[in-house]
Amino acid sequence: MSAASTSLPAPYRPEESWGHKHRESLLLAIAIAVFAIYPFVDSWLGFGRLGSWGPMLIYVILAMGLNVVVGYAGLLDLGYAAFFAIGAYTMGFLTSPTSYFIKAGWVPEWMQHFWPALAFSWGTAAIAGILLGAPTLRLRGDYLAIVTLGFGEIVPNFFLNAEGITGGTAGINPIAMPTAVTLFGHRISFTPTDQRNWYWLILFIAVLSFFMIRRFYNSRLGRTWAAIREDEIAASSMGVDLVKTKLLAFAIGASFAGFAGSIYASYFQYVHPDNFQFSVSITILAMVILGGLGNIYGAIVGAILIGFFDRIFAEEMNRPMHWLGDTLGIDFLASHDLKQDKFLVFGLALVIMMLLRPEGLVPSSRRRAELHPETEDIAEAQNQTAYDVEHDEQQLSLGDEGR
Amino acid sequence: MHFNYELFLNYLIQGLANGALIALIALGYTIVYGIVELINFAHGEVFMMGAFLAFTIVAATGITSTDPLYQIVGVFLIALLGAMIFSAAINFSIDRVAYRRLRSAPRLAPLICAIGFSFILQQIAIYWKGPVSISPPPLIPSDYRTYNILTELFGLETKVRLKPIDVAVFVITIPLLLLLTWFIRSTRTGKAMRATAQDQQASALMGIDVNRTISTAFVIGGLLAGAAGMIALYYNNIARAQMGFRYGLFAFTAAVLGGIGNLSGAVLGGFLIGFIWAMSDGMVKEYIPSWGAQWTNSVIFGILVIIMVFRPSGLIGEHTTEKV
Repeated sequence: MSAASTSLPAPYRPEESWGHKHRESLLLAIAIAVFAIYPFVDSWLGFGRLGSWGPMLIYVILAMGLNVVVGYAGLLDLGYAAFFAIGAYTMGFLTSPTSYFIKAGWVPEWMQHFWPALAFSWGTAAIAGILLGAPTLRLRGDYLAIVTLGFGEIVPNFFLNAEGITGGTAGINPIAMPTAVTLFGHRISFTPTDQRNWYWLILFIAVLSFFMIRRFYNSRLGRTWAAIREDEIAASSMGVDLVKTKLLAFAIGASFAGFAGSIYASYFQYVHPDNFQFSVSITILAMVILGGLGNIYGAIVGAILIGFFDRIFAEEMNRPMHWLGDTLGIDFLASHDLKQDKFLVFGLALVIMMLLRPEGLVPSSRRRAELHPETEDIAEAQNQTAYDVEHDEQQLSLGDEGR
Repeated sequence: MHFNYELFLNYLIQGLANGALIALIALGYTIVYGIVELINFAHGEVFMMGAFLAFTIVAATGITSTDPLYQIVGVFLIALLGAMIFSAAINFSIDRVAYRRLRSAPRLAPLICAIGFSFILQQIAIYWKGPVSISPPPLIPSDYRTYNILTELFGLETKVRLKPIDVAVFVITIPLLLLLTWFIRSTRTGKAMRATAQDQQASALMGIDVNRTISTAFVIGGLLAGAAGMIALYYNNIARAQMGFRYGLFAFTAAVLGGIGNLSGAVLGGFLIGFIWAMSDGMVKEYIPSWGAQWTNSVIFGILVIIMVFRPSGLIGEHTTEKV
């Protein structure tokens, strides 16, 4: 393979080019700024959609977190909603006046507030990730998927049934709002009626999560994730500690679900086991797959697309569709609620993406190379990094056994 | 503590009947996994679609419990056959449209695809019959539904209840299982399936049409799931679009318990899961008052997780090493 790669022209290395690096930072800064000023745009144009964007950003955090486990480390987790649930219930247990743990006097006073509970639920979810990860490390991909699915079913089932502690079907309500913070002389307080501060809070945590995950990905840890994803045995023989790497993937992935869960609980002032069913795990998975496995921008795009369909598009399109149905006399169109179609859309997204474009809408170049081992296009190979070119050829020469 | 035999026997009958249903579904998982190593996640929904078609057929004929018995039996058999063919057709088409193209893709791609299909089928079922639970048209005479064979036929003074529907479950399941055993053991296609399960490349070299054999596996799994759908419809007297998820996962647990890929293991695992299900639903309450049917899911999924983690080859399956 070395003979072939030396005959290729020097590969274009985007990460070495000054312009590329700064282009990414610039685009990122613009994107964050657009998100940050969105509340003003929303009220100027009278959309009144800020209440939909808050939960959508929570799902962006979830998609970024799941992307660590599924996209970076290649461990298919079908029970990700369990960590979301654990984060949300941790927030509920620590801050709700109706909580069993507060009544029992186990929660110190300083911890019964939003900010310490947020940090605490981040840790709790990470520990839950390790607890799930530890026994499942030696499982093969599809077996791991089913075990995580079982775990994801047991956790909400437990929260539903352990009524004495979790309130059962009644859920936990109310939950602490974030305490007011003073920033640059402005007092920022959080009330149920004011969506703006909530939106910025969630955006802040999403951006924070984004930078944390990007740091992880660009670190040595991120490269070992890619290594075990591509070939576990080869990675292990090169000295990668499989146990540590996989556990860290589980823990880090889960910890962001803990973030998302605790904000979710505080935002809706309510946690209920039904919010964390299997369909939630699959919704998040659909976001990551639609956007592009292994690419954090892909996860964000996927989460926004699916969230947009679910929370905005389906609602907005109902009225024109009903009007059309009334005009044309088609009963189905006149009475159908597009919001009901969401699982059909998610299911179709999974199937179509897997069949036509498994690397997602915004693919990572490395993932694309893995998913299309048959690619022989030289022009494309030139745009890849030297590592990717070599890897492509390795896959070609090994054929079926390479996987 | 006093052991309540009559209660135990009642739940044992319920467990065996549920176990037979689970065994039929589990066989579909295990046959497909044995050949293509794919967890056909949409299989539970294939089962559910069978139940829904049986519902539609019975409702369309307009035969109800007050009609003569031969008509009732006739409609029951037609619905059973219809459900089997329908489920087989769905399973076959999914394989044809999607899984076949992903044979050489990374292992997780077809699994994710299967999850997508499971959602699509569930949504189609919701469009078809609505999102809530529905009761099938009364086909079995209501006095037969509560008729106790042990008392009525044998004159036994017992609280153990054996109902005609319990018997019907076995009358349908056992011939199907025997037929399957004969098919896999003795027919050419059955032999081809076993050969393909062992080594796809070698069997292709021996002149076996691998794609056709894989399609056959999906068709057989679908037939069994459709039969289970029809039986479940009248055994539980209720159907809903989400029923496939629970049955499907319970059946998958059964298949794993018996060693996935192992046919007799799947049947045994099915009965075992059916037994645990019935005991957790009713019997454990006798000893742990706070226990109830709501914990059954946790118990079975707990078994699933424990078996997969500690004995992935199943309780009775032979140990297979992972292929590199």
